[in-house]
Amino acid sequence: MNIPPDESIHLNGEINKFHWFLTGARGLFSIPALILMSSFVGFAGFAREAGFSLGETVFMVGTIWALPSHLVLVGGVIADASVLTTMIGILLASVRLMPMVMAQLPLLKGRNTSRWTLLFLSHFIAITSWVFLQERYKQVPQEARAAFFAGFAITISTVCTILVGITYVLAGTFPPILAAALFFLTPVYFLTSIWRTAYLISDKWAMGIGLILGPLFHLLIPEVDILLAGGIGGVAAYAIHRMALTRQKAR
Amino acid sequence: MESGFTFIDAWWWPYLFILLIGWLPTDIWRALGVLMSGGIDENSEMLVFVRAVATALVAAVISKLILFPAGNLSVVPVELRILAASLGFASFIISGKRVFIGILVAETILIGGSWWLGVF
Repeated sequence: MNIPPDESIHLNGEINKFHWFLTGARGLFSIPALILMSSFVGFAGFAREAGFSLGETVFMVGTIWALPSHLVLVGGVIADASVLTTMIGILLASVRLMPMVMAQLPLLKGRNTSRWTLLFLSHFIAITSWVFLQERYKQVPQEARAAFFAGFAITISTVCTILVGITYVLAGTFPPILAAALFFLTPVYFLTSIWRTAYLISDKWAMGIGLILGPLFHLLIPEVDILLAGGIGGVAAYAIHRMALTRQKAR
Repeated sequence: MESGFTFIDAWWWPYLFILLIGWLPTDIWRALGVLMSGGIDENSEMLVFVRAVATALVAAVISKLILFPAGNLSVVPVELRILAASLGFASFIISGKRVFIGILVAETILIGGSWWLGVF
């Protein structure tokens, strides 16, 4: 019987990292990746309407690589918010990346993956990579996971950055209904994918309260609406989580 | 107060601004996550609190995008936007948390509703 050669392993038995890099790169055609790309297409139009130049928009996507930060940044410039308010908003919106990195690193590192490699790879960790990795890491040998993730992460961020550039140029020619539908993708994508990764009662309450407080504070105190909604919503959600814990212990 | 983006009139200023105000406060958390990985329990109370604040903040951004959007989406009636997002979310839950289904339903209602109402 002829066994087809297994390209994932070299003849000497070592793992073929390049093969796994390419396997990761093919994740470009996965559903989370396609949704993310569409959201970035929508974002390009948003940044354009906000008055950002082509170069600035592309630069922002490549360097920051976190849609919530992009939205707070562009939203801050639109609202003419102060530098400090915008920066604090981005700091708060990105805090969630720290636990996300801490949860994701053990899934993607091999025994000998260096700290510098992890620092580099951490730049690409976001909601989409979380969904992608969570569903696939078990099918990848542990020593090949960093290469697999790098293949996915570098490919999708490069493609999205280029895509944003192209859409920015084309955005003016889109029929209005298409532009509206693309813009609508981002909030729906976030709403569903964040709920998917929310496993504690506090995460779910934070989501619900934040959804209501955001527009409410926007009408009352637009300069700091996001900060207030995040702060008050987060504290309230955490308090609910504590009360649930206490009740559990009392039982 | 100064918005900052147009603070200094030089071609490189917006790029530096994006790095300082956008990249730094974002990637600092990723780097901290690498440095502290293994040190803190992901379910420690501090992190639970931090996640709650971050989630509420992003949720506020989400609902603002739906209720007070910029550009073409603002032409679509607000009731239709809320209906599309709510039914999209409901189908996401019913389908066993499939993001794709949620988006498909939300977009279909938004586009179909706009067409039916003759918005565009």
